[in-house]
Amino acid sequence: MSTLEIRDLQVSVKLPEGELKPILAGVDLTVKAGETHAIMGPNGSGKSTLAYSIAGHPKYEITGGSVTLDGVDVLELSVDERARAGLFLAMQYPVEVPGVSVANFLRTAKTAIDGEAPKLRTWAGELRGAMEKLQMDPAFAQRNVNEGFSGGEKKRHEIMQLELLKPKIAILDETDSGLDIDALRVVSEGVNRVRETGETGFLLITHYTRILRYIKPDFVHVFVGGKIVEEGGPELAERLEAEGYEKFLTRA
Amino acid sequence: MTTEAIAPPSTKSQVLRSFDVADFPALNGLEEEWRFTPLKRLRDLVTATSLTGAAPSREYGDLPAGVTVSDADDVDPVLTPFDRVSALAYGSAAGVTVIEVAAEAEPAEAAVIRLVGKGGDAAAARTFVKVGNFAKATIVLAQTGSVTLADNIEVVVGDSAQLTFVTLAEWDRDAVQAQHVKLRVGKDARVQHVQVTLGGDLVRQFTSVEYTGRGGDAELWGLYFADAGQHQEHRQLVDHSVPDCRSHVAYRGALQGASAHTVWVGDVLIRAAATGTDTYEINRNLILTDGARADSVPNLEIETGEVAGAGHASATGRFDDEQLFYLMARGIPEAEARKLVVRGFFAELINKIPVGELRERLGDAIEARLVEAGS
Repeated sequence: MSTLEIRDLQVSVKLPEGELKPILAGVDLTVKAGETHAIMGPNGSGKSTLAYSIAGHPKYEITGGSVTLDGVDVLELSVDERARAGLFLAMQYPVEVPGVSVANFLRTAKTAIDGEAPKLRTWAGELRGAMEKLQMDPAFAQRNVNEGFSGGEKKRHEIMQLELLKPKIAILDETDSGLDIDALRVVSEGVNRVRETGETGFLLITHYTRILRYIKPDFVHVFVGGKIVEEGGPELAERLEAEGYEKFLTRA
Repeated sequence: MTTEAIAPPSTKSQVLRSFDVADFPALNGLEEEWRFTPLKRLRDLVTATSLTGAAPSREYGDLPAGVTVSDADDVDPVLTPFDRVSALAYGSAAGVTVIEVAAEAEPAEAAVIRLVGKGGDAAAARTFVKVGNFAKATIVLAQTGSVTLADNIEVVVGDSAQLTFVTLAEWDRDAVQAQHVKLRVGKDARVQHVQVTLGGDLVRQFTSVEYTGRGGDAELWGLYFADAGQHQEHRQLVDHSVPDCRSHVAYRGALQGASAHTVWVGDVLIRAAATGTDTYEINRNLILTDGARADSVPNLEIETGEVAGAGHASATGRFDDEQLFYLMARGIPEAEARKLVVRGFFAELINKIPVGELRERLGDAIEARLVEAGS
């Protein structure tokens, strides 16, 4: 069973002029396989910084603390090594890669993660199956990665990767943003299929409680001013729904 | 108040044209047409008044039915040279290689002709491609080896004919070439020129297009990749003088290494008579490392307001770090992620080549260049 341990994590964003602007002010969080943690907070609280700094985006600089996955120092690894170690980040704004087909991209990623090329015999079926489950047209595989995708298509494509790559820890950054209710349901079902395996731990970052009606979190953390200010079970999400973040903002 | 319109000077339609090199003034590098070109590296092509070296040798296997290759002493010219080096090539070429596709022929396979440079003194060459009316063919000219070469290629695409013309400059690293490709497009004819430049020390290719009847369609696709020290220059002049013709120019280049230099200058001229013209030109450059330089200049000269479409675009940028992050966040190592992005950048162009084997080879050649540079 895998465990992601985040201890006193402090992160700054690198500004264009080279200055550092502190964002995360000491985050402590433990995510185990089979668990789903929701991180909720207002805009600008540092939720996405947490996601991207764990994945290793070069825009962020770690100024203190540690992140380990099953005891391995994640912060020492390059972006691709982190992914191969079992981390996955579903992005809020997936990037277009012109001229690279979804099929080619997915096969390349699967090969990198597994350390060997998927078996030709079974891969086509696996890919088709993953696309069907997310209600994606087969022609999708021949389109260029994220190029001209609608908001819903981009998110379904992210969750399709989650299902195919089977990470140990998955961070979903505002996966619910820009989705209509049907797409939200399809995407949530995909996440739930992976949860049911019990082999992946989830960090679900969201601003709204809407997605939590479809993906029931085990733990809810309220994120304000670059750190966790309140923790609880699913009932905390309901309180936030009713009361909003104001109370936490004044305290922070 | 005057109602008389004052026409702006139409530079592109008034350039000096001559078959005689002596009619052109000596080049000093300050001319608009030559200002990006390092003249010294053109060797004798700049100063000579005749070239006596051996032209690249011509090699080909079985040609598909309907395609013939022959020698001729002379052919009625389609191109009247409009620069000194092109005139020099015209005057010095010992004969003409004639590639002909018979009228109404539709060869199933591409005709592949290799031009192999064997080094030696500066040389001149002339190639004439004639595609008969209603024919439909693919011709590949693969240029390899070592040369100092000035050459002209004239292409006549007959009425309602369709030609895919692929020219590959895969010269050795020390080669120097100044080439002119002239496309004459017939009524309702369609030509797709795919110009690939990977090799050479200095390669300068000028492509010009003219139309002889309505409904002509010319697509110019270019792919180039310059490594440290290489100069690759591509210029086009599409001359719309006939109504209702179309042109589409799209060149893409990648650059890596110190003083890799590429130049793209796209000129489109829409004359007063050419109503209903539809034209678009775009150049994109991907700068992979520091120290490389891409010049990109689109020009559009329009003498009539009655066009169907006229646009141009140019964009030169560095490697997109967000693309790299996205791919690496899926476990793909950096070197492989870069290969994917660069291959993707060229995919649209490579897919214009209707020869699968060649598409694959070019994709691999581009990847190999990335690996060699370790970028």
